[in-house]
Amino acid sequence: MELLKVDNINVYYGSIHAIKDVSFTVNEGEVVTLIGANGAGKSTILNTVSGLLRSKTGTVDFLGQSINHVPPHKIVAMGMAHCPEGRRVFLQMSVRDNLEMGAYTQPNSGVDEDIEKIYKLFPRLKERYKQVAGTLSGGEQQMLAMGRAMMSHPKLLMLDEPSMGLAPLLVEQIFDIIRELHAQGTTILLVEQNASMALEVADRAYVLETGRVTMSGTGKEVAESPAVKAAYLGG
Amino acid sequence: MEFLSYLISGISLGSVYAIIALGYTMVYGIAKMLNFAHGDVIMVGGYISFCATTYLGLPAVVSILLAMAVCTVLGIVIEGLAYKPLRAAPSLAVLITAIGVSYLLQNSALLIWGAAAKSYTPIISGTLQLFGGKLSIQYISILTVIVCLVIMAGLTLFTSKSKMGKAMRACSEDKGAAQLMGINVNQTISVTFAIGSALAAVAGVLLCSYSPSLMPTTGSMPGIKAFTAAVFGGIGSIPGAFLGGILLGVIEALAKAYISMQLANAIVFAVLIVVLLVKPTGLLGKKVMEKV
Repeated sequence: MELLKVDNINVYYGSIHAIKDVSFTVNEGEVVTLIGANGAGKSTILNTVSGLLRSKTGTVDFLGQSINHVPPHKIVAMGMAHCPEGRRVFLQMSVRDNLEMGAYTQPNSGVDEDIEKIYKLFPRLKERYKQVAGTLSGGEQQMLAMGRAMMSHPKLLMLDEPSMGLAPLLVEQIFDIIRELHAQGTTILLVEQNASMALEVADRAYVLETGRVTMSGTGKEVAESPAVKAAYLGG
Repeated sequence: MEFLSYLISGISLGSVYAIIALGYTMVYGIAKMLNFAHGDVIMVGGYISFCATTYLGLPAVVSILLAMAVCTVLGIVIEGLAYKPLRAAPSLAVLITAIGVSYLLQNSALLIWGAAAKSYTPIISGTLQLFGGKLSIQYISILTVIVCLVIMAGLTLFTSKSKMGKAMRACSEDKGAAQLMGINVNQTISVTFAIGSALAAVAGVLLCSYSPSLMPTTGSMPGIKAFTAAVFGGIGSIPGAFLGGILLGVIEALAKAYISMQLANAIVFAVLIVVLLVKPTGLLGKKVMEKV
């Protein structure tokens, strides 16, 4: 079943045409990745899907319903979580309060239990639950951002560059968690510059170049394509 | 003993500034705008309370509640009509709009209630005599300090414990991320204006109980001083507004008593300039943390 269907979107920043005729789908239970260089438009696409930006053309359908004109906070309530680029955790709020904000659309009764689940997934967050998020390391902030996004029980989890700026060991950890979430049945749309890691976990992949989709296929197909190898995987 | 009485009057005057400053600081924290019409909402609160007691014969407590209700609605309407359409506009445009709203409120009051000063009946009168009459404290002073402390404690609890209060803090830090949590940012801003305006009504009633002459410009000077207090304490910070308000009131009262009646306001603003030179974020202002 198609969870997310993006059809022919065009996004502009003023007069700059950032996203050109992009279409893609994410099916239930899949991990789909968008890979591409800096400035290819990956984050712009995620921001358009979550409603922070709007496309001039085409449609974005979520759960079979057009969300072109649905405000971002209502899209979250429909079951989409967007873990934005640069983590964007609330630096002046405690780890626990950050997680509670992730559950903003959820009934209060289940929040404590959900937070315990997140602590199991990220034990580091439990150790630091009282600390202000600004005092966490980059890796811990990324864990918090992912945990916070999970708090809304998303049907679709969108992760924007979760490995950015992290040490290799932490990148491994983050991808282990992506695999675990996938195994638990979470549908994930992953945007990454770290193409090799992303293609490893992805069922399907789309390659973006200067605002256009230039290639798509299964993770394996894309990883083995000579063009992608040359451009993103170091030959 | 004389000093003590000046100090007490400074603290109670400062409490009024603090209540007004809370409105400025909350709105600034979340909407990143200076609501220069805030002082005039105080004046409207005073007039509503005045009309309720004088023309309708309602008890003081009811008149306060009525003033709070009217100002809450007024705050939401001002935000929705004047500021919300400018959400994406440059901050200068919003600032000028706020000044425009301020004049609109003053002149509307002029049309409705006229230019002549109304004589407001203090909600509570009488004085407390201590030390055999050597120290007398007005009951209104005591009431003001208590009200200010209750409001301060209530707001602190609200922002640190309640879901809505936490959402406000989230919005003040990062509106985009707050939206991605499912927080309705526009609604949160409306609630902030509502709370700030209700506090302005309370401040209006207290202020008019101190200096009972009520005019369309009654809110201007206290508004500007409370704004100063908010900046003094660190704009955006709730404890900062409280501290800034109290300090400003004390400085003003002591300057009036010991230096010069005429120069008191100049001294208050001079202190502000010195504080900002030494600590540009204000006394309790937060340093913006850089992302790692």
